[in-house]
Amino acid sequence: MLWREGLWSGNPALVKLLGLCPLLAVSNNVVNGFGLGLATLLTLLIANTTVSLMRPVVLPAIRIPIYVLIIASTVTIIELLMQAWLPALHASLGIFLPLIVTNCLIIGRSEAFASRHDLRSSLHDALSMGTGFLWVLVLLGGLRELLGQGTLFSQAHLLFGDGARQLALQLFSADNGLLIALLPPGAFFALGLLLAGKNLIDARSRRRQHADERSVTTDVEAATPLRS
Amino acid sequence: MRMPARTGLTLACCAALAIAALSLVHQLTRERLEAARQQWLLQGLSAVLPDGPYDEDPLSTRQLIVAPELGSEQPVPLYTVYREQAPLAAVLSVVAPDGYNGDIRLLLGLHPDGRIIGARVTEHRETPGLGDDIDIARSDWITQFSDRSLTSEGDDAWAVEKFGGRYDALTGATITPQAIITAIHRALQWYQQHRDEVFPS
Repeated sequence: MLWREGLWSGNPALVKLLGLCPLLAVSNNVVNGFGLGLATLLTLLIANTTVSLMRPVVLPAIRIPIYVLIIASTVTIIELLMQAWLPALHASLGIFLPLIVTNCLIIGRSEAFASRHDLRSSLHDALSMGTGFLWVLVLLGGLRELLGQGTLFSQAHLLFGDGARQLALQLFSADNGLLIALLPPGAFFALGLLLAGKNLIDARSRRRQHADERSVTTDVEAATPLRS
Repeated sequence: MRMPARTGLTLACCAALAIAALSLVHQLTRERLEAARQQWLLQGLSAVLPDGPYDEDPLSTRQLIVAPELGSEQPVPLYTVYREQAPLAAVLSVVAPDGYNGDIRLLLGLHPDGRIIGARVTEHRETPGLGDDIDIARSDWITQFSDRSLTSEGDDAWAVEKFGGRYDALTGATITPQAIITAIHRALQWYQQHRDEVFPS
């Protein structure tokens, strides 16, 4: 249930539309999307864990400042670690890494979920919500990178070291790219397309469900006389 | 305990814990951070320096100078590299303040006589797909400066071809390359006037 909610039916990026600022700003290629998604997932895990564990101590009146404190420290720690071990990726994500602090997804999960549930479910929730955010970021990054510069996984070495350089795929020449896909308006267009796609899939599965239900009822009606 | 006191105490404890965690991580990563930063700098520097050996680690020759002609009112680093006590190269940090989207920062390596060894963009926010071809990771546009100098080109030549100069523009971007060319030109003029201070004999 929690998995389905985070990954699909209550997806933070596609349904709740939370954290749009980093979502749209760094999703210009797969690697950036993956890096930021991973950092967000990690922040969410640590924040949910801490908030859930501190439930007995935290008074309702000061819960928000404490959540902010927890989230800000977590993000700073992640930023320091990334700066130390992945400096190139850190440079590429720029200001959007510290801005995870302001991602409403994280404080939203702290307040709406972790503050009311035990550690196990809070971890579960963080994993599913974080993964839901991550896959949308990666997909959006892939879409924009492909349309904009005809590549996929370019700059993969920023994340996985020099060995990953050959991961980069050049599918067509960058000269034929759709520049707008890389620019901020392109991010909105691409997200709009993803939203439309999701709604389409949902509508189709709803219709199928309706059809199934209807055929079940007719079966029952048809069967009734026999049984009586 | 009274309510306000407990509230305050809880907050203070949380803040103390957060500070403790942060300083612990900071301690743990400090060396790596410094090393990563140096590595990052060295990579940029070695791209605009001739191959070694050098008398000293180029990074250790860093000094701060104030030279508005280089594009920034703030002190900027200058590296002076020697081989066997003879001047080998100077690396200037140049800022092009008139890019399409904010400052463009460059490292400019010069032979002692003022010829360009190479230039590299270290920081920019130019339009992806157009202006960002100034980045060596995206195109080799920036390499055309190698071996040029004030004596090899007249003052008019320091512009993109569209403005009567000798340098290629980028497809779809004129402002960005023009900003860099102007900045490099200014830096060369500064170096010509201040050579004796950069390499005191």
